[in-house]
Amino acid sequence: MRGNNGGGHTLETVMTASERRTVYLDHAATTPMLPAAIEAMTYHLARTGNASSLHGSGRAARRTVEEARESIAEALGAQPSEVVFTSGGTEADNLALKGLWWGRLAEDPRRRRILLSGIEHHAVLDPAVWLGRHEQAEIEWLPVDERGRVRPDDVRRAIESDPESVSFVTLMMANNEVGTLQPVREIAAIADEYGIPVHTDAVQAIGQVPVDFAELGVDAMTVSAHKVGGPYGIGALVVHKETKLTPILHGGGQERDVRSGTLDAPATAGFAVAMEHAIKHQADEARRLTELRDALIDGVVSTVEGAKLSGDPTERLPGNAHLSFSGCEGDSLLLLLDARGIEVSTGSACNAGVAEPSHVLLAMGYDDQRARGSLRFTLGHTSTRADIDAVLENIGPVVERAKSAGLQNVGRNT
Amino acid sequence: MRVLAAMSGGVDSAVAAVRMAEAGHDVVGVHLALSRNPQSYRSGARGCCTIEDSRDARRAADVIGIPFYVWDLAERFHADVVEDFVAEYAAGRTPNPCLRCNEKVKFSAVLERALALDFDAVATGHYARIVDTPDGARELHRAVDPAKDQSYVLGVLTQEQLKHAFFPLGDTVKTEVREEAERRGLAVAAKPDSHDICFIADGNTPGFLSEQLGESPGDIVDAQGNKLGEHKGTHGFTVGQRKGLKIGTPAADGKPRFVLDISPVDRTVTVGSREELAAAQLTASKPRWCGPAPDSELHVKAQLRAHGEEVAVTARVEGDLVSVDFDEPTSAVAPGQAVVLYDGTRVIGSATIDTVSRVAAQHA
Repeated sequence: MRGNNGGGHTLETVMTASERRTVYLDHAATTPMLPAAIEAMTYHLARTGNASSLHGSGRAARRTVEEARESIAEALGAQPSEVVFTSGGTEADNLALKGLWWGRLAEDPRRRRILLSGIEHHAVLDPAVWLGRHEQAEIEWLPVDERGRVRPDDVRRAIESDPESVSFVTLMMANNEVGTLQPVREIAAIADEYGIPVHTDAVQAIGQVPVDFAELGVDAMTVSAHKVGGPYGIGALVVHKETKLTPILHGGGQERDVRSGTLDAPATAGFAVAMEHAIKHQADEARRLTELRDALIDGVVSTVEGAKLSGDPTERLPGNAHLSFSGCEGDSLLLLLDARGIEVSTGSACNAGVAEPSHVLLAMGYDDQRARGSLRFTLGHTSTRADIDAVLENIGPVVERAKSAGLQNVGRNT
Repeated sequence: MRVLAAMSGGVDSAVAAVRMAEAGHDVVGVHLALSRNPQSYRSGARGCCTIEDSRDARRAADVIGIPFYVWDLAERFHADVVEDFVAEYAAGRTPNPCLRCNEKVKFSAVLERALALDFDAVATGHYARIVDTPDGARELHRAVDPAKDQSYVLGVLTQEQLKHAFFPLGDTVKTEVREEAERRGLAVAAKPDSHDICFIADGNTPGFLSEQLGESPGDIVDAQGNKLGEHKGTHGFTVGQRKGLKIGTPAADGKPRFVLDISPVDRTVTVGSREELAAAQLTASKPRWCGPAPDSELHVKAQLRAHGEEVAVTARVEGDLVSVDFDEPTSAVAPGQAVVLYDGTRVIGSATIDTVSRVAAQHA
């Protein structure tokens, strides 16, 4: 059969992955929008009004935004005035890091140390490194153990070596790749002894583990809508009332002058519905997902030789199963699973689409090969037992095949 | 069939992929990342190996509606193609890296991995035809577009490799390929053709070689050993080269001079007239046959470099050695290049040129 005679087939007849039953196990990347959130957002999309306008339409939009703010604040244990809407998690992280940096420096020029872990999301890592390069911030990496956990004692030691010079501490609530939960509350308490602000990226934690801003004792917390069943393109930085934050987006002075830009009223409405739902059902959902996750982990580890769980067996996100497979590449596994309609992630960053070994796994002490032979399965509100069964049915043959394709691309070391 | 379409980001491989998908195959697009330090944007006429090219390939795959991945072959490509390229020039030879890439990377490393991952074949945008014979064998033929024919750089493929290869553009002329891309909404329709050597970003091969090999000055001499000038390194020359010799004094007869021989050991480049350049015979080794190895004397055609003219030859194969007599004296036969043998449009096989016998030397 030659492919060059064109003719009979049209592109529409080509079978694509989306036409098969899809087993979606990449909820940490994004999770399907809740129907109620779509409904709320769609309702407001059909209405006109800039929340900053003084007339009736503006008032209506403002009401939508403020009601959303109040409901998100309540769900997260914060005051409404502490919720600053942003374009998403990345902007909220940038605002937290740069805003805290310049805010703290204006008060005391000695504050040049940023304490953070090497397993942070790039939206935290990269602004920190940027501050190091452009603002002469001193980046101090907090060590993580082989389960990806930062020890409070290490934070205490780092602070106490010279408390006056610390700008802030940033530590994620839960790691996005291996799902390890971090002792954020303990660390916030230690920092508080010295009046040092703490930021946490809670994007992955919301809806999976209890998150209460006031109770955590942090000064700034990043959340994102599309990870909890809300729309893309909106998130928030929850900032303690007394925390000084220098704005990074300048303009119309919205969001108490901290974040200029016309508010996306429909998105705030969708965000609020999703957030309320996620917090309300968190405990039940955590129980349900933990059971499914453990069935997935036990099933894979007991049937696939060389498969190992990464991260902490219990102190982890209920929906996260991160597994490494010896003797094969994550890229091969992903391709083979994708061909079978099972969608997962290798959890690695891309440069020209070329997979680099994950900085999280390398920080946890993994060697290059094990880091490359890893897959992240993340469960969410649409996940069912049938999804887990589909993985368990396919993973054995897929790993065997991937092993025969070998490790020929491992060892890219430049 | 499950087919892996190698997608460089150019128009040819995009149309090749769409044709495979239309023929009803289960197609997956793969961009091969070959550069160890990819540049963000392409410069000049190059059409692959930058991050932008990778994005073009992904966009084309999305339009076609096929999965798309990037495979990192940079280490393999460097070891098998770039290092070989440099080593060949260092030895006074003129390699063809595209041929080496097809032999060692595209239809070896990539094909092997594809087969291991459940694919049946690899499709590329090369201009060449595969013809299935009644007895189940596969033949490699020239493309119908003589200006684009790439059968020369595929002459290294064995029967086993051909059995897992598709070249969906072989019976189409380039203008039609661009029209087809345009018709299908592929944004790469108007992308310029790639030229030059993909791993030499600025197209400056002598500069690249000097960087890799440094300078090793020596003499430019004539066939009698008289010194005519100096050079900065033998790797700057190719047998048959006329331009850029930088010899101060013209030849006594005022005729142009050509590189006859390159000897890295004594750092000598020998030049001479067109008559002295004319070759009567070559020997070649490391043959790769598209089908069974020929066991008798062949009266066939040979192509001696990419886009070169065919010449009539008599070829003899003895094990791993191939000797080729030219029916008419032929110029510009460069050691390191491949001699590809053709029976009509069919590729018989190829071998790497080792030595060249000059007409003048035989008459001397």
